[in-house]
Amino acid sequence: MSSSASAATAPLTDTLTRAWSGRTRWPLLSLLLATLAGALVLLPLAFVIVEAQQSGWGEVRHLLFRHTVAVLLWNTLRLAFACTLLCAVLGVASAWCVERTKLPARRVWAVLLVLPLGVPDFVIGFGWVSIDHALHGYLAAVMVMTLSLYPLVYLPVAASLARADVSLEEAARSLGATPWQAFWRVTLRQVRPALLGGCLLVTLALLAEYGAFEIVQYRTFTVEIFTQFKLGFDTVAACALSLVLVALSLAALGAELALNRRGTTRIGPGVPRTARRRSLGRLTAPVLGGLALLAALALGVPVGALVYWMARGSSSTLPPASLLAALGHTAEFSAAAAALSTVLAVPLCALSLRHRNRFTLLFERLAYLPMALPGLVVALGLVAFSVRYAFALYQSSFELIVAYAILFLPLAIVGVRSAMTHAPAQLEEVGRSLGYRPAVVWLRVTLPLIARGVAAAFALVCIYSATELTATLLLHPTGVNTLATQFWAYTTELSYGAAAPYAALMLVISALPAYLLTRRVGVLERREHAR
Amino acid sequence: MNHRRIPSLAVLISAAALLSACGSSHGTTLTLYSGQHEQTTAALVAAFEQQTGIHVAVRSGDEAELADQIMQEGSNSPADVFFTENTPALEALRGHDLLAPIDPSTLAQVPSRFDSPQGDWVGVSARVSVLVYNTSLIKPAQLPSSILELAEPKWRGKVGFAPSETDFQPLVTAITKLDGAARAEHWLKGLQANGKLYPDNETVVAQVNDGQSAVGIINHYYWFRLRAELGQAGMHSALHYYAAESPGDLIDVSGAALLRSSGHQADAQKLLAFLVSHSGQEIIAHSNSYEYPLRAGVAPASGLRQFADLHPVSLTPAELGNGSATLAMEQRLGLL
Repeated sequence: MSSSASAATAPLTDTLTRAWSGRTRWPLLSLLLATLAGALVLLPLAFVIVEAQQSGWGEVRHLLFRHTVAVLLWNTLRLAFACTLLCAVLGVASAWCVERTKLPARRVWAVLLVLPLGVPDFVIGFGWVSIDHALHGYLAAVMVMTLSLYPLVYLPVAASLARADVSLEEAARSLGATPWQAFWRVTLRQVRPALLGGCLLVTLALLAEYGAFEIVQYRTFTVEIFTQFKLGFDTVAACALSLVLVALSLAALGAELALNRRGTTRIGPGVPRTARRRSLGRLTAPVLGGLALLAALALGVPVGALVYWMARGSSSTLPPASLLAALGHTAEFSAAAAALSTVLAVPLCALSLRHRNRFTLLFERLAYLPMALPGLVVALGLVAFSVRYAFALYQSSFELIVAYAILFLPLAIVGVRSAMTHAPAQLEEVGRSLGYRPAVVWLRVTLPLIARGVAAAFALVCIYSATELTATLLLHPTGVNTLATQFWAYTTELSYGAAAPYAALMLVISALPAYLLTRRVGVLERREHAR
Repeated sequence: MNHRRIPSLAVLISAAALLSACGSSHGTTLTLYSGQHEQTTAALVAAFEQQTGIHVAVRSGDEAELADQIMQEGSNSPADVFFTENTPALEALRGHDLLAPIDPSTLAQVPSRFDSPQGDWVGVSARVSVLVYNTSLIKPAQLPSSILELAEPKWRGKVGFAPSETDFQPLVTAITKLDGAARAEHWLKGLQANGKLYPDNETVVAQVNDGQSAVGIINHYYWFRLRAELGQAGMHSALHYYAAESPGDLIDVSGAALLRSSGHQADAQKLLAFLVSHSGQEIIAHSNSYEYPLRAGVAPASGLRQFADLHPVSLTPAELGNGSATLAMEQRLGLL
C-alpha cells in the first residue's frame, strides 16, 4: 500500500478514486462514516456562525472588541495553561505509577484515578464550596478543574504505557542512559500521542466548562456566554462570543498537531515486551501518600458532600421518581452515545492516520471543535436544525444520543487515535499481501490491535454522557428522566438529601466502565500476543 | 461484500433506529414548558387533567434556557404553554412576538398590576424579597430597614447574595427606577465590597443557615423550603422583611403565557385559566412551594406573612422589564 509519505500529499481525488476502484473497500465505508461525523460536527458550528452574524459583522466586531472580552480572554487562557500543565504532570505520574511499578493495590488505584470523571462538575463545585465557602477565583478554578480533568490525561497515557514496547527503553538503558533519561527520551516519546491527546481534551473541556466556574465565581468565555443566554436572552451575543471559543480551540488543535509528529510504531520480529514492574522501594510510602491525597481531593470531597447530604436526610415534597427508571435511561442513552461516537471515531482516525492528507486531517480536527463549545450552544444548534429539517426526531432519544455523540466525539477520537498510532500499518499491509480482503484484515488485524483504545473511547464517552445535564434538559424525550435531570430537579428544590442518591448512582455507573478500562482486555490481548 | 465486518455497527444503527421510534408526544396532548418548581407544576397539572380530561406533557428545565429554546423553535415550537418563576423570560418571548393574547377573563382573575399590560402573560403566584439572617450572628435590632443599608461599611463581609440569579436583577432595577442609575450603581459597588457571592439563592440561604454568612438577600420561599428539608430543629436563621415600600421590598411574579405557535389555543387557554382559578390557586397555596397565590381570597401557606400585610414598592413586573440595563451594570462591575 501507499507509504505514508505519498499519502500525505495525495489529493482528495486520489483518495476517492482508490476508494471507488475497489482496491481498498474499507476507506469507502470510512469515508461515508467520516462524512456523517463531519456533517454532525458542522451543525453546531454552522449554528454559531449563522446566529452570530444575524445582526451583521459590525455588531459582532463591536461585541468582541471590548474590554470585557480581553479580561475573559486572559482569564480563560491562564486557566487553560495552568490546568493543562498540571493535568499533564498528574496524569503521566499517576499512570506511570499504576502501569510500571509494583504499586500496592494498583487495580484499586486504577479505578479510583478514573472515577473523578464520573462526578458531575456541579457536584464537585458544590463539595468544595460546602467545605470552604471562600473558595473563589483563579486558584480555586485551577484546583477544582485539575482535580476533575486529570483523568483525561491519565487514561490514554496509562493505556499507552501498558501497550508501549519496553525493549526500546531497555535498549536506552543498555546504552548508558539513566532511568530518568530513558523515561524522558524514550517512554515519554512513546506515550506522546496519548499525552498530547489528553492535554487537548483537557483544554477543550476547560473552554466549555460552566457549572464549576459558576460555583467558584470565575469568569471565562463560557460563563459569559451563559450569562448572555440566561440573563440577556441574547443568542446573537452568546454565539458571537462562542466564535472566540472556536478560535481558541483551533489554536489548541493546531498546537497539538505541531507537537505531535508521527508517533513511534513497533516493527520487527518478535512480540512486544511488556514492562517488568519496578519496585518502588523507599518511595512506596510517599507515592501511596500522594495518590491517596489526590483521590481524597478529587473524589473524597464530592463523595463526602454526597454522604453528608444523604445522612442529613430529606423530606422532599417532590413527586416520587423512580431511581431505577432514571438509571435505566441514563445507561441506555450513554451506552448508545458511546457506541455511536466510537463507530464514528474509528474511521475518522483510520483516515487521518492511514490515508493522511489535508482533507482527512481536516475532518479529524473539525470533530474536536464541538467539545469546546458550551453544551447549551450545541444543544440549541440541534434544536434549530431539527425543528426545521427533522421535526420527527425532535426531542427523541435518538436526537439526545446524537447530541452526546457530537459533544463527546473527541473523547472517542483520542482513545482510538493513540491506539491506532501504536498499531503498525505494516501489519495490515502484510495481511493484505497474503490475499485477505481489506475487511478481513481490518477485523482480524487492526481491530484486535486497537481494541483497548476502542474500549477506552467507549468508556470515556459513556461516563461523560451519563453526567451531561444542559443538552439533556433541552433534548430529552418528554417524560423521560435521567439521573442528571432528576438530580437537577431535586437540587433546585433544595432537596439535597433526595438528590444525593442520583449523584451517587452517576458515580457508580461511571465506576463500571472505569473498572472495565483497567482490566486487560482479556481475549483480545492474548490473541494479540500470539500473533 | 462481507457483512460480518460491521456487526457492531449494524447492531448500533438498528438500536438507534429503535430508540428513535419511541418518544415525543402527539394528538390533543398539551405540552407545557415549565421553569416553575416541579412539585407545584405536577400538582397543578394533575388537577387540571382530572378536571378537563386534557392530557398535559410537562418539560421542566431552567426557565431562561427554555426561553432560548423556544426562540430557536420559533413557529415550530412543540410548546403550548410556558410557565416561569420570573417574568423576564416571558418578556423576552413577548419581545420576539412569540406570545398570543390571553383571554381577558383569565387576566381578570388576578390584580392587573401582576399581569402583562399587553395581556401576553398572566401572573400566577408571587414571592417577596427578604433578608435571611443567622440568628446566632445577628440580633433583630441590628437588622436594616432598607436593602440600601447593606452597602454600608458596617456590613462588610456579612452579606451573601447571588448576582446571577434572576431574582437579583429586579432589586437593582427597582433602585434604578426609584433613585436613579447612579445611586443604584453606587449601592451595587458597596454591596459588592461587603458581599459574599454565591451561585444561587439556594446556596445563599443554606450558607446563612450554616453561619457562613451573617445575612443573605433572597426571596422568602427559599427559607421555607430549606425549613421543609431540614425541619425546624435544623434552622438557625430567620426572615426579616424590609420596611414598607423601601427599595428591597419587592414582589417577584411567576407567570404563564400561551405560545403563538400553539396548535391547541383553546385547550391551552383552559390551562392558563385553571392556573389562576380558585382550585389552581389553592393548589399553589398548599403545594409546599410557599409562594403567594395571586388570586384574591386564597390564603397562602400557614407561617407566611399575609399578602395584604406586605407593602412592596409600587413597581409592576412590566415596569421592571427584562433588566437589560441592570445586566449591563452588573457586567461593568464584574459581578457577572
